[in-house]
Amino acid sequence: MSTVKLTVNGKAVSAEVEDRTLLVHLLRDHLNLTGTHVGCDTSQCGACVVHIDGRAVKSCTVLAGQAAGSNVTTIEGIAKGDELHPMQAAFRDNHGLQCGYCTPGMIMSAIDIVHRHSGQLDEETVRHELEGNICRCTGYHNIVKAVLDAAGRMKVAQAAE
Amino acid sequence: MGVEGIGASVVRKEDRRFITGKGRYVDDIKLVGMTHAHFVRSPHAHAKIKSVDTSEAIKMPGVVGVLTGQQIVDDKIGNLICGWAITSKDGTGMKMGAWPAMAPETVRFVGQAVAVVIAETKNQARDAAEAVVVSYEELPAVPDIRAAIKPGAPQLHPEAPGNVIYDWTIGDEGATDAAFKSAANIVSLDITNNRLVPNAMEPRAAIAEYNEPEEHFTLYTTSQNPHVARLVLSAFYNIAQEHKLRVVAPDVGGGFGSKIFIYPEEMVALWASKKVGRPVKWTGDRTEAFLTDAHGRDHLTKAEMAFDKDNKVTGLRVKTYANLGAYMSLFSSSVPTYLYATLLSGQYNIPNIFAEVISVYTNTVPVDAYRGAGRPEASFVVERLMETAARQLKVDPAELRRKNFITQFPHQTPVIMAYDIGDFNASLDAAMKAIDYAGFAGRKAKAKSEGKLRGIGISCYIEACGIAPSKAVGSLGAGVGLWESAEVRVNPVGTIEVLTGSHSHGQGHETSFCQLVAERLGIPISQVQIVHGDTDKVQFGMGTYGSRSAAVGLTAILKAMEKVEAKAKKIAAHQLEASENDIVIENGEFKVTGTDKSIALPMVALAAYTAHNLPDGMEPGLKEGAFYDPTNFTFPAGAYICEMEVDAGTGKTSFVNFVAADDFGRLINPMIVEGQVHGGLAQGIGQALLEGVVYDASGQLVTASFMDYTMPRADDLPSFKLSHTTTLCPGNPLGVKGCGEAGAIGASAAVINAITDAIGNNNLEMPATPDRVWHAIHGNA
Repeated sequence: MSTVKLTVNGKAVSAEVEDRTLLVHLLRDHLNLTGTHVGCDTSQCGACVVHIDGRAVKSCTVLAGQAAGSNVTTIEGIAKGDELHPMQAAFRDNHGLQCGYCTPGMIMSAIDIVHRHSGQLDEETVRHELEGNICRCTGYHNIVKAVLDAAGRMKVAQAAE
Repeated sequence: MGVEGIGASVVRKEDRRFITGKGRYVDDIKLVGMTHAHFVRSPHAHAKIKSVDTSEAIKMPGVVGVLTGQQIVDDKIGNLICGWAITSKDGTGMKMGAWPAMAPETVRFVGQAVAVVIAETKNQARDAAEAVVVSYEELPAVPDIRAAIKPGAPQLHPEAPGNVIYDWTIGDEGATDAAFKSAANIVSLDITNNRLVPNAMEPRAAIAEYNEPEEHFTLYTTSQNPHVARLVLSAFYNIAQEHKLRVVAPDVGGGFGSKIFIYPEEMVALWASKKVGRPVKWTGDRTEAFLTDAHGRDHLTKAEMAFDKDNKVTGLRVKTYANLGAYMSLFSSSVPTYLYATLLSGQYNIPNIFAEVISVYTNTVPVDAYRGAGRPEASFVVERLMETAARQLKVDPAELRRKNFITQFPHQTPVIMAYDIGDFNASLDAAMKAIDYAGFAGRKAKAKSEGKLRGIGISCYIEACGIAPSKAVGSLGAGVGLWESAEVRVNPVGTIEVLTGSHSHGQGHETSFCQLVAERLGIPISQVQIVHGDTDKVQFGMGTYGSRSAAVGLTAILKAMEKVEAKAKKIAAHQLEASENDIVIENGEFKVTGTDKSIALPMVALAAYTAHNLPDGMEPGLKEGAFYDPTNFTFPAGAYICEMEVDAGTGKTSFVNFVAADDFGRLINPMIVEGQVHGGLAQGIGQALLEGVVYDASGQLVTASFMDYTMPRADDLPSFKLSHTTTLCPGNPLGVKGCGEAGAIGASAAVINAITDAIGNNNLEMPATPDRVWHAIHGNA
């Protein structure tokens, strides 16, 4: 057992975990942040994507201990109070989700995609970049629409800040 | 239509919890004192269990109990059942082999549960499962249909000689043979309908809790139909009486059919929770999903179509072998029979049809309904035959279809179905226009000049949804009725709860069902709550599958609404001292026509519950229920056209365009409907290009992870161009038909028709991987 200290959604947290504990299980089982999901056991589906120090990472592929000292953001941490993150709002407005299971990982990946491309995205780029996230419900059509929509919204939001 | 009424693309109410990470799926639930289960599974496809040694495992840290298949038999827990009886052509019943929830003596597929370890943590259960020593005597395995039907093949179940479960026929064999004898042309095809894994993104999970003093169980489970789960668990599996079992299906992360069935893991969790006296949680991982979720499709078919000299279809003859896996899953028998062969008429006037379906056991995971369930297989047969015929007869594939379209309704096919309404020319017109069919020759020539092969493929599908009426399905062998129930509760302050037996696991019922209430009463959907997925709250229901929730579930709500409105009008009339016949409902108010007198819904509701001033003899309260049993199936239909380009050098295919023109009758929420089509198309395209289960000769599942089984990803798919044509379903008052499966039913034939058109070789199996396409172009060199 080890004590892991890190910052999650802006709050300093500490947990006593087995050394083999994955970050996703630390989040779900120890911190009760169940918005981050597990959809496979081979790091293929992306349902578990969170941000570590601002970068999208599959939390099923990181030991909790490896995340010690880092700044983790989960799906629960991106809205500002009642105000949704533009990516969340774009997924809702474009019907970019159905069962909702892949959605947290999709949103966390998509935010990173917009950041890495400085908001300059087209359909082909978005489809290529979403390759690490599997959705079985939407056929990706409306997810792609949502990401492109959010890229515009995030630019506006950034300009306003 | 109000802004939130029927026909409005209202943004979904349920989305907020999902996009903020506040969804509540089974694995998110923690109960006090909860333990964790991990199953010991067979590594062999077929073996005798010689011994199960749990002595080391029980001593491992955190272990609360280790339970085996023999114990579940000793406790008289019932075997899993198949709930749809199929009768063979010789009059005998289907040959169902015993399927205990954990195997006591024989394992028949890789992944079958043999024992379960219950421990304080998931990791402890997993560790201890490694220490359970099972000694097997391997038996020869039957990995596929061809191996199963070989003379002298290893036998799976003593009940089923030759591994045949049933040999069933439909249609008039003599008349069909005669049609072939007098045919001007005959077109024939051998078709493999590839085996698929549904792969809902949320793996299956179950939490069982036993309350000893009350002798009462609660099961939280990933189910599309919690009431059916409760019924089967109580009536057949001897786990608890119905009134002592509550089944809750909270947020469920997709189903696609795979979460209809009751699986061994739920049974074991319930049974184990009583054995160990603690709540037991099991959450499957993805490998377990591949190894144990019911798979879909898996047919081998020979199909022939007879044409007269005018290119009119005169007969269709089909022989299909269907693989049902090692055991008969809950509705498995119905999928390749009544959900398949009854759709073989497609959109066409075919006077003579005969089909024979032989279902067999193999040493593989059980096969059951997967999105479309039999109807994709039927549509693929018919639409591949049509395309092949057009090429063989050298006529335009669109024209050949038009020549044979059914244009008069109602239309009785020779295979049970009575199509109520449709306009097949309208949807084909819409699709051809959307893809610029007329301009295809020019585009093909241009592609050719650039060294690319270009093809176009049409698929005109029809499906039968809202499987009903109950009396009819009962006469065909169904063990359940297929009606739906609803209850509408108007609270004393005028807000409304709608209880439905349908279950939403992505379909957006929490929004679209509210839209009906908004339409009827003129109130915002924020004042309406949909309640579903809990047998303690909703009395009974049949759940969600077969695109039935709008046609059957929503109609049940409408029936309950009508009763509520009738009573509310009486109350309003009494309060306003008017005749109830003069009361109209507008914008949440009950008005006396032609006057300015009105009373708001909350005041009517309050009057109903205070009961101070009700009409003489009226019961207090404002709550009504309804059961709705449809009079017929509904028949969504449409035309899909796909244009593809093939790189002859690599065999790689790419989409140029994919258009869909569907007729779903009235649309409740077009945004949600289109989302359903997108998802269905992706699964149909996945089947055509990417997905396929592979078992090796020994029965090992080679494709048991997302690294080996190709799921469609964003860059495998195009954006889709959708449109709708409309004929209102006459069978229900809303005119709705259902939209959940259409894409999966129609898409795969369009894709294969397009690729085979491009490469000029009709012999191409699904999934049409670049390797297969390359060999189809260049031969086996």
